[in-house]
Amino acid sequence: MRFSVYRYDPDKDSKPYMKDYEVALEPSDRMLLDALVRIKALDDSLSLRRSCREGVCGSDAMNINGRNGLACITRLADLKEPVELRPLPGLPVIRDLVVDMSQFFKQYHSIKPYLQNTAPAPEKERLQSPAEREELDGLYECILCACCSTSCPSFWWNPDKFVGPAGLLAAYRFIADTRDQATSERLDDLEDPYRLFRCHSIMNCVDVCPKGLNPTRAIGRIKELMVKRMV
Amino acid sequence: MSLPVRKFDAVVVGAGGAGLRAALQLSEAGLKTAVLSKVFPTRSHTVAAQGGIGASLGNMGEDSWLWHMYDTIKGSDYLGDQDAIEFMCRMAPQAVYELEHFGMPFDRNDDGSVYQRPFGGHSQNFGERPVQRSCCAADRTGHAMLHTLYQRNVRANTLFFVEWMALDLIRDASGQVLGVTAMEMETGEVWIFHARATLFATGGAGRIYAASTNAFINTGDGLGMAARAGIPLEDMEFWQFHPTGVAGAGVLITEGVRGEGGYLLNKNGERFMERYAPTMKDLASRDVVSRAMATEIKEGRGAGKEADHILLKLDHLGAEVIEKRLPGIREIARKFANVDPVKDPIPVVPTCHYQMGGIPTNYHGEVVVPRGGEHAAVVPGFYAAGECGCASVHGANRLGTNSLTDLLVFGRASGESVIRYLRENPGHKDLPGDAADLSRARLARLDGQAGGESVHEVGAEMRRTMQAHCGVFRFPDMLAEGVRRMQQVAARAARTGIADKSRTFNTARIEALELDNLVEVAMATMVSADARHESRGAHDRSDCPKRDDVNWLKHSLWYKDGSRLAYKPVNLTPLTAQTFEPKVRAY
Ligand SMILES: Cc1cc2nc3c(=O)[nH]c(=O)nc-3n(C[C@H](O)[C@H](O)[C@H](O)COP(=O)(O)OP(=O)(O)OC[C@H]3O[C@@H](n4cnc5c(N)ncnc54)[C@H](O)[C@@H]3O)c2cc1C
Ligand code: SF4
Ligand code: SF4
Ligand code: FES
Repeated sequence: MRFSVYRYDPDKDSKPYMKDYEVALEPSDRMLLDALVRIKALDDSLSLRRSCREGVCGSDAMNINGRNGLACITRLADLKEPVELRPLPGLPVIRDLVVDMSQFFKQYHSIKPYLQNTAPAPEKERLQSPAEREELDGLYECILCACCSTSCPSFWWNPDKFVGPAGLLAAYRFIADTRDQATSERLDDLEDPYRLFRCHSIMNCVDVCPKGLNPTRAIGRIKELMVKRMV
Repeated sequence: MSLPVRKFDAVVVGAGGAGLRAALQLSEAGLKTAVLSKVFPTRSHTVAAQGGIGASLGNMGEDSWLWHMYDTIKGSDYLGDQDAIEFMCRMAPQAVYELEHFGMPFDRNDDGSVYQRPFGGHSQNFGERPVQRSCCAADRTGHAMLHTLYQRNVRANTLFFVEWMALDLIRDASGQVLGVTAMEMETGEVWIFHARATLFATGGAGRIYAASTNAFINTGDGLGMAARAGIPLEDMEFWQFHPTGVAGAGVLITEGVRGEGGYLLNKNGERFMERYAPTMKDLASRDVVSRAMATEIKEGRGAGKEADHILLKLDHLGAEVIEKRLPGIREIARKFANVDPVKDPIPVVPTCHYQMGGIPTNYHGEVVVPRGGEHAAVVPGFYAAGECGCASVHGANRLGTNSLTDLLVFGRASGESVIRYLRENPGHKDLPGDAADLSRARLARLDGQAGGESVHEVGAEMRRTMQAHCGVFRFPDMLAEGVRRMQQVAARAARTGIADKSRTFNTARIEALELDNLVEVAMATMVSADARHESRGAHDRSDCPKRDDVNWLKHSLWYKDGSRLAYKPVNLTPLTAQTFEPKVRAY
């Protein structure tokens, strides 16, 4: 199978280039990551992140034939050749397919991604009904892979000011949690022309999320809550 | 060339469940703590845990920590230390409540309490019937737990060194541990982390086997570092083969599937576990189920064209239950097995999953080694928790859900031990002159090696050897031959070469360094297995089919130096409960 892979090592390359590979695959090679492991056995200088190989750790997000996704759960059979692999767009490249995710995590951290509740904790668990718990479905499963934020034009232009889909999804995960008491502080923090309102509902984020999550809907809910508390 | 030195009160290596739980304790105590991780914390392998956390909350019916303790000891085939097991089972409910308070999105019952599901080997009233003890968030418990713990650490302002790989443990002539050397992946820079206390939470090494449920990063670095620094590794012959890895892919299908009512079938459509374990059936402990499956396959009753796997049936649970309780499993089955479990069974085989052994500790998370006449003398300044440690709560076979419990309970306990130790031992002891020599030598060798052995090929040879010679069923001649082959693998691993010499994010170098650690673990495993002349828990030898409590009710300790073995007794004295005397194990 044929691949064309973005290569750049600041130690020796003056600029990035695309390198072609042709690898013989085994029948057991089902996913793109399997092929990348084979390429790396031939050319150990190709750098990429990977760990779980089952789509739960969020390490191996990359741009695959123009679309962001996780190499480990992208089927080789579904890919057009030569498969073009590039680092996630919009973030600084450290080397090859490895990008600097600082900006992405900084935005995630900026929404205070932890439960806030100042009431003394009960002896046992805090109670939550199954229906209240269900509100968190589709929110807590995010693996912080950054496929969404790095396909969002608003995030490309304002990565320092716009929280981006992943961060906003996380913000809503806490707002939606009946155990969290900081909803109004969270809304205050987001009520800003950039932090939240740069989202123009372009929906790229929903299209690419490998976990099938829907940041746009979460963002819509946050906007609704803001309107609601004004009236 | 001298390396930059950074001083900390404590350094935690690893940011999985155990490392994050320990780090939280240290950060909240206001200690200057550095937490190192090869990957961003939420990418640690705890994220992949599916089924749940074992704790006797009793939300679904009567339960008690004493029953949990009995099940764990029986599951361990009596090799677990009963003081540590009592400690874990007593502390487990508290650990779960705490996690809930941190924001963990547990599944709920109608009364608002945490939902618990049945799991293998967990029973009511000392083995009478299955109990619902596994606290879960659908089949994404590890993900929910790891993210919750990370989030709590963000709140506590924990200082992370992300994508820093620890290379070697620093130990002075007296044996005291003074920190680690570590390399920043992005720049290739190496620092000395000079710490008053060092805590390892580096996880497992399941990548020594060819077929594994483990992530690529599970390379046993903590064990390799400890072994190179003269610390023995305990009970390394005991590896858990999980009954249900997806055939061919290795990816795990949680035991929670059987907990929710799924069961295993051979090619005749027979529910064969009824023959092997009449009471617990498909929920017998993992070593028992894996052996039963391997026996079915060996005797020609495997399913599929090659008769090489078993079928896991769950369609009878209905689409609704599957979508609600096992959504991740459905996703995995579709992606990696090409079946939709709502309609068709999933092809599964026993797959290497968990390392019961590790760095020897007591139940405070302090690393202990034989010294003089003492078999468990504390190594000052050194702690271990989670899968890399061996307390030993899992003995010869771990029960499902008990690892996440272990991470929470011993992560916290080891953090507390560090706090106590730092209070009593102020000030940094001086680093020895040779603190970084070993790491420097390893890196220099890799940089200088021309045309060495391929890391990829040596690794593949190791994985094949382990798989063929030290699997579910073990044979004396295969083990002896396995030891010889591992010696060849180790010799080749000492001559690996990499083409990539870049300083920037050089993953070839990282994989070569990881291979050094994998090889220590694989060698410890093969040598310990070859020496243990009995069958106990996950260690099953054809020439000694029975457990032998007279000669082998003891822990193995493997030393890298001369690949030597020593042994220490099992602690059969609980903290407050009565001893559970070893007896015949039936499910
Ligand atoms: C697929 C799967 C499902 C499972 N499901 C369950 C379950 O339902 N219930 C249960 O109880 N158990 C389960 N287990 C077992 C359990 O998940 C693991 O035993 C446990 O998560 C290990 O946690 P840990 O904190 O010890 O290590 P890990 O989570 O593996 O973390 C190790 C950490 O150490 C770091 N590290 C390693 N080496 C270095 C180094 N050299 N330098 C710097 N950092 C380093 C890594 O970056 C990582 O942060 C499952 C295991 C697997 C594989
Ligand atoms: S919907 Fe909003 S967040 Fe999502 S891609 Fe579009 S602008 Fe970005
Ligand atoms: S929302 Fe989806 S795409 Fe975005 S970071 Fe989370 S898992 Fe990745
Ligand atoms: S390797 Fe973990 S998400 Fe792909």
